[in-house]
Amino acid sequence: MKDTLILGTRKGLVVYKRNNNGHWRHDRTEFLAVPVSLAFVDERNDTWWACLDHGHWGCKLHNSSDAGHTWKEVDAPKFPEGEEIKEGVAAAVKYLWAFAHGGNDNPDKLLIGTEPGGLFESNNLGNSFQLNRGLWGHPTRKDQWFGGGRDYAGIHSIIVDPDDSNHIYVGISVAGVFETKDGGQSWEPRNKGLKADFLPDPDAEVGQDPHLLVACKSQPKMMWQQNHCGIFKSEDGAKSWTEVSQNGGPANFGFAIVVDDQDGNAAWVIPAVSDEKRVAIDGALCVCRTEDGGKNWHELRTGLPQQNAFDIVFRHALGLDGDTLAFGTTTGNLYWSANRGDSWEAISHNLPMVYSLDFV
Amino acid sequence: MATVKFTANLKRFYPDLTPGEFEGNNVAQVLEAVNELYPGIKGYIVDEQGKLRQHVNIFIHNAMVKDKDTLTDQVKSEDEIYIMQALSGG
Repeated sequence: MKDTLILGTRKGLVVYKRNNNGHWRHDRTEFLAVPVSLAFVDERNDTWWACLDHGHWGCKLHNSSDAGHTWKEVDAPKFPEGEEIKEGVAAAVKYLWAFAHGGNDNPDKLLIGTEPGGLFESNNLGNSFQLNRGLWGHPTRKDQWFGGGRDYAGIHSIIVDPDDSNHIYVGISVAGVFETKDGGQSWEPRNKGLKADFLPDPDAEVGQDPHLLVACKSQPKMMWQQNHCGIFKSEDGAKSWTEVSQNGGPANFGFAIVVDDQDGNAAWVIPAVSDEKRVAIDGALCVCRTEDGGKNWHELRTGLPQQNAFDIVFRHALGLDGDTLAFGTTTGNLYWSANRGDSWEAISHNLPMVYSLDFV
Repeated sequence: MATVKFTANLKRFYPDLTPGEFEGNNVAQVLEAVNELYPGIKGYIVDEQGKLRQHVNIFIHNAMVKDKDTLTDQVKSEDEIYIMQALSGG
């Protein structure tokens, strides 16, 4: 059982620890007042990573080899000179949005996704990053990728197959899911079955809007996505997708989604009112869980505010560790559950906006 | 050599940062010289394509530089260059 929570927030990297009584207590805050778009721990070597989003000074990358007590700045990903998002618009990193290690058989490899939609690879544990040319050069990128909530298309999800580190998926808002089986040299869109109700052709192979893409660790072909247009599941490694949104219930629009490590049919989402409002549904915070692959969704509300709540939960701000869940919200609330979401308890009501959450 | 002065906000990342004289015929060249003394500081002021970051301003005396994309504004040896944090959000 992991006893540390790390949060990337609008005002720093916040660390909570669980004490002997089982209560979560604030331990410390790093990078006070600096937006931390993502806090990530490389479980292979216990290195902590912080993706910073200085409003004035650009995106920066720091790492720590002593569990976040001391930090070192390393070169953040950069687009090579002359690269363009589209004709006449120079590509420069605006946001560090996804972080993954490159697999246990690739111990020095790291991957970062950015807005605009670059996938950056490091083969020296983050001392330098190079743009993945296969994806950046994809023939659909300049004309069929576009911005949604952010100005330009961005990569927010990276999934490395635990059985084959050359097999990688990325999730891109707005473009869709792409897959490589050759370590990133060539990429194919994997969006069959998704629906884009904001496009003239809702079935378009490119132009879909996954908000977050996840896969079951022990059943990696069981994939889920909280999409702009609902919740979708794949049982064949993204070859095809089936909508499993809740008919007449709250589990539809949202950002965050997690899937059980062992059971690819068990997943959790945190619904919100759709895109034009982005608030909690009916002023009530609710987590939805399915244990049968999305056939049925259970609304989990015990311990969560059921009136006058405005919170939504960003895509990286819901975490799972065994039967323990935790999430941080846009209005600075932090909740956790020890029983798969059946009941919830507040850890804090006074945090900054939470961008990411992970158990360590 | 032009004199370069910095916003105090940059001292958060470069505690030893002090005003100094730097070589260069234009702002981009001066910034390169600054970066030699304070490695990496350029990345805080311009993006990887050399474009001035959105919320950073550079002045030559009291005039804001005209070319924010490539920083080709000419610099003379008696010039004072100010690297400032722009106001944003009110």
